[in-house]
Amino acid sequence: MTKEECKQVVLEIIEEIAPDEDLEGLSHDVRLRDQLDLDSMDFLDIVMELRKKHGIEVPEEDYPKLASLDSCAEYLTPKFNAVKAGA
Amino acid sequence: MGGRSLKPHYDAIVIGCGMAGLAAGIRMAMFDRTVLVVESHNAPGGLNSFYALEGRKYDVGLHAVTNYVPPGAKGTPLIKLLRQLRLRREDLDLCPQRGSRVAFPGVDLHFDNGFASLGESVASAFPEEIDGFRALRAHVAACDPFDASAPVLSAREVMGRFLRSPLLTDMLLCPVLYYGSARENDIDFDQFVILWRSLFEEGFARPHEGVRVIIRALLKRFREVGGERKMKCGVRRLHSEGARVTAVELEDGTTVTADAVLSTAGALETEALCAAPDPAARSPAPESGRRLSFVETITVLDAPPADLGAEETIIFFNDSERFHYERPEALVDPRSGVICFPNNYDYGDRSLDEGFFRVTALADYDRWAALGSDAYRAEKEAWYPRLQESALRFVPGLGMDTVRAHTRAIDMFTPCTVKRFTRHIEGAVYGSPRKHRDGTTRFDNLFLAGTDQGFLGITGAMLSGISMANRHVLSRG
Ligand SMILES: Cc1cc2nc3c(=O)[nH]c(=O)nc-3n(C[C@H](O)[C@H](O)[C@H](O)COP(=O)(O)OP(=O)(O)OC[C@H]3O[C@@H](n4cnc5c(N)ncnc54)[C@H](O)[C@@H]3O)c2cc1C
Repeated sequence: MTKEECKQVVLEIIEEIAPDEDLEGLSHDVRLRDQLDLDSMDFLDIVMELRKKHGIEVPEEDYPKLASLDSCAEYLTPKFNAVKAGA
Repeated sequence: MGGRSLKPHYDAIVIGCGMAGLAAGIRMAMFDRTVLVVESHNAPGGLNSFYALEGRKYDVGLHAVTNYVPPGAKGTPLIKLLRQLRLRREDLDLCPQRGSRVAFPGVDLHFDNGFASLGESVASAFPEEIDGFRALRAHVAACDPFDASAPVLSAREVMGRFLRSPLLTDMLLCPVLYYGSARENDIDFDQFVILWRSLFEEGFARPHEGVRVIIRALLKRFREVGGERKMKCGVRRLHSEGARVTAVELEDGTTVTADAVLSTAGALETEALCAAPDPAARSPAPESGRRLSFVETITVLDAPPADLGAEETIIFFNDSERFHYERPEALVDPRSGVICFPNNYDYGDRSLDEGFFRVTALADYDRWAALGSDAYRAEKEAWYPRLQESALRFVPGLGMDTVRAHTRAIDMFTPCTVKRFTRHIEGAVYGSPRKHRDGTTRFDNLFLAGTDQGFLGITGAMLSGISMANRHVLSRG
């Protein structure tokens, strides 16, 4: 999986948990929280959807790594690839 | 349900199929936990259920769904709730109110969804207080009611820093206390902040078909995510070993086990289910205040209330110099109360088939519970017109004679009715005056949600279920 594909997966999850948000034109290097109305409950859902849909575990101390789309891609892409390789 | 047999073990068992229990159940099942919701009553909904009487459908409690915000609003409790449960706004069919009022002797405050009318109303009725009122509003806006490290303050005390008029203070507290205080004559300031926002900054709405719309939406969602329900079969006992609840015994004798148990039955109610009683709980410490309950009269009219002269949605009334929100020294305290005309919401091109007129007032559980069945019936008959008459003093367009002439059916419930259907001690609609904000109990895997956890009302109860499920079950991996 590429970083771009990884961002797409994250965006799909956000779209599912916050269908009332407009995801067009998001800056990839800016914190999601600063561009969208997402609170800690929503971030919990992102983490849980990653586990449920993709078998990816994000320990609580790593939540800050999900701050922006860029940082998500940085942190999650290797995890996606590890899961794929393991499967 | 439907004879399907239960699994021997669940990730989570939820006690109570009310708003809090269903919301908690949905959250946990959504993320693949096996969940069983157990309910003693045959109908879901708890304190806000619905029933049919002589072919007519009634809501138990619903006056208003609070926290209404128009489409497009962000970050408010209603929006969070929809997101967390993955419900669409349309699923709840929320139709906004037409306008409400706080009516005290000689003074009225009008309010509507959004804050503007209340501000104007205070400015014209209390011009000398308007600066203080604005400062109070700013203070409320700046508060974080979820900051657990903040000290518990009295709302009256905090309001006293901004307002000089005891009348204005009482008038603002009247809707807040009626819609969510478990404490007499006051409320914790953090709860005040939550309610102020939910009533005044946000507002009231109602689904066209009443509370059943909300319950149906929750049940449908719960089914979709694979949750199981067992109705008409309460939890009889919670068995424990050391600091863990090890098994849940149902009233039909079945025993099931679960990693976590979430109870929406109330704090002391849940403690009473524990098979090994807590020595400290056996002589329960006084709860620092008496439990509050209500009577409600429901009158079905053959015409819409607006055609008969009543155009407002909710009216909070009080006839005395001071507002007394306390357990009465009588069956009912008719001095103050809440009037609701469920027809007076903006349903677009829909309308209700009949007119409804509801009145709620404070009542004393002990006095109602002490009556024999004949006396109980007689007192209901006597209090029904008294309470109506008291309330109608504050609806100038609608007289008692008109109401009588247009009445098709009536119903009335008392604190005993609430107790019977929800098992809350003393029929206390808002539970114990003592709340357990973090939801923990003396058992590591038993948690409280709903009424005694802290948030009240329909929206509050659902948010409570959601946040307790998130915190105690889902975040724990
Ligand atoms: C007359 C009235 C009017 C109201 N009006 C409004 C309003 O207009 N707007 C608003 O927002 N709120 C209103 N409320 C308040 C609102 O209904 C409640 O705050 C909310 O429904 C509480 O939900 P809950 O899930 O926490 O508790 P409950 O609804 O009490 O749920 C607890 C459930 O647990 C079940 N239970 C208890 N013991 C056991 C056991 N041992 N085993 C199995 N099940 C058990 C009970 O039967 C019940 O169904 C009103 C309440 C009343 C009574």
